[in-house]
Amino acid sequence: MEAFGLLMHGFAVLMTWKTLALMMVGLVLGIFVGVLPGLGGPNGVAILLPLTFTMDPTSAIVMLSSIYWGALFGGAITSILFNIPGEAWSVATTFDGYPMAQQGRAAEALTAAFTSSFIGSLVAVLLITFLAPLISSFALKFGPPEFFAVYLLTFCSFVGLGREAKHKTVISMSLGLLLAGVGMDTVSGQLRMTFGSGELLRGINFLVAVIGLFGISEILLTMEERLALRGHAASISLRVVLKVWKDLPKYWVTLLRSSFIGCWLGITPGGAIAASFMGYNLAKRFSKDPESFGKGRIEGVFAPETAAHASGTAALLPMLALGIPGSGTAAILLGGLMVWGLNPGPLLFVEHKDFVWGLIASMYLGNVIGLVLVLTTVPIFASILRVPFAAVAPMIVVSCAIGAYAIQNAMFDIWLMLGFGVVGYVFKKISIPLAPFTLALVLGNRAEDAFRLSMIGSGGDMKVFWSNGLVGSITTLAIVLLFWPLIDKAFGSVGRLLRPAKASG
Amino acid sequence: MSSTEIEIVVDDATAPEADSPAVTDTRTVDVVVSLLLVTLALTLGYDNWRTGIAWDSTGPEAGYFPFYLSVILAGASLYGLGAAFLSRKEVSETFVTRAQLRRVMAVFVPTLLFCLATQFLGLYVASFLLIAAFMRMVGKIAIWKSLLTAFLFTAIMFVTFDIAFDVIMPKGPLEAAFGY
Repeated sequence: MEAFGLLMHGFAVLMTWKTLALMMVGLVLGIFVGVLPGLGGPNGVAILLPLTFTMDPTSAIVMLSSIYWGALFGGAITSILFNIPGEAWSVATTFDGYPMAQQGRAAEALTAAFTSSFIGSLVAVLLITFLAPLISSFALKFGPPEFFAVYLLTFCSFVGLGREAKHKTVISMSLGLLLAGVGMDTVSGQLRMTFGSGELLRGINFLVAVIGLFGISEILLTMEERLALRGHAASISLRVVLKVWKDLPKYWVTLLRSSFIGCWLGITPGGAIAASFMGYNLAKRFSKDPESFGKGRIEGVFAPETAAHASGTAALLPMLALGIPGSGTAAILLGGLMVWGLNPGPLLFVEHKDFVWGLIASMYLGNVIGLVLVLTTVPIFASILRVPFAAVAPMIVVSCAIGAYAIQNAMFDIWLMLGFGVVGYVFKKISIPLAPFTLALVLGNRAEDAFRLSMIGSGGDMKVFWSNGLVGSITTLAIVLLFWPLIDKAFGSVGRLLRPAKASG
Repeated sequence: MSSTEIEIVVDDATAPEADSPAVTDTRTVDVVVSLLLVTLALTLGYDNWRTGIAWDSTGPEAGYFPFYLSVILAGASLYGLGAAFLSRKEVSETFVTRAQLRRVMAVFVPTLLFCLATQFLGLYVASFLLIAAFMRMVGKIAIWKSLLTAFLFTAIMFVTFDIAFDVIMPKGPLEAAFGY
């Protein structure tokens, strides 16, 4: 139980007034970000990142991850009270959450949503506590070829398993990798793709791109919609909370199933959005009474919320253990690590014990405090939506600009942010996925370095990626995943050929 | 129970009409974006080829990795171009309607002007102008409310970033007059 001792140490790191205060601030800002339309988890974290530049890494990550938990909680409020999902991952929560609010059971639905969020992330944090140290100690043996194979696996699984058109995922990913290479080459010191521009010398900063892609473009997209809203106001009484909690054990199968789905999809790049839908659909399929879903069934709130939160939290596991983010927000936290001067990857567990275990402990504590906070303050946050969007939109624009400028103190970055805003808007409308782009941009340089170091080590022989059992199996798995849709189809047609009678009957 | 009542109502007076004519469809945009991406891939590919895509004594040259990425990007974009051309015109969805575009421009143009103003007047003056003008002109909110909100927000940002957290923002003549 070495992990347990270290976790206790992590709690000790957290127990200062300053850290706890930062956690509260982060949670409140996060819920705010989750409730407001046009702001979500990834861009909320990206915009607020500059606040942490002058902090020590532990305080910084505690505050940023609290913003993330807060955003996860906040999305549920608007879904249930207004039938407007504040976040894409809370769309499935509206299916049963809003009907419950219409029937006057808003408080019950909110309690269910918050509680199941809490349970989902708790399961995922437990997984992180015990699995992340194991994976990272295993990964300490990795050399450049192994790391390149893992990066390849991440990229290939996006292409093979993503639901968007394959060529669009490839476009998004190769564009991200290319832009990551702009500027000075880290190995030879040569300039690449700068076309003589002094501004491009610094390279294209990942966070600037994220703020533009998610922040600015989201505002443009939000303005296209009709922004009128009508919602139920609700305050939660202790009686309702206790009533929901008393019924909780009845739904243990649903909660457990959704937690597992969430953890799995969080670690692989499926993400919280897929997890919430899958959790909901499976709960409906396995229910004795599937007809009652969509009409205000409490299970229909439990299932997606648990899965979304488990997935959002589990996405941090590969980030901590391997330095590979499992979601857009995790990618931004990873960008933060680099800004604070930490090198993401398995060495983190050895060199920065305080940081890692402080973060893991803050996941426990942040979720407990977050649960209490949302349960008590729902009416305040719901009333934020009374503020007209015409007042919120310019404030978000200003916050984005501050965030973009602060990263490198460069006016050029504000223009770059605006450019990425337009790119994000167009890409979203023609369904080129942005997550692979984000991931490629943050991992690009390290993937290239790993590739070149392996090539230098082997003298240019590609066989190095199959030189031992470990790297060979990762590389092979990556290639299998890349062509997974084709393989799946091939197996399907072979299967049909073998039993034609059944297929026709 | 009182909680069943609708308690929060926000109206959107300038919402885009649902029956507004389409400006363009996604198929056209798909084609244009694919063409732009092919051009970008060719430009970057050429630059990397010039940097060197071969092997020298220390391993692959600086242009090696990005060059092959440009090739992949060009390939995928060309595929996208072909797919967009082959797709049937009738199934293509509306990219943006005229009313929607008007609203999007109502945010985009002020944001563009804000960036310009930041360059010359500093971020805080620009943000005051953006918020006040946007609330007044797009949101039709009372002028005193707009000015007050803009001032308060800008002041809070200044105190939080420049004073409390030491994150220094671009400044212009106004801040210079106050000695910052």
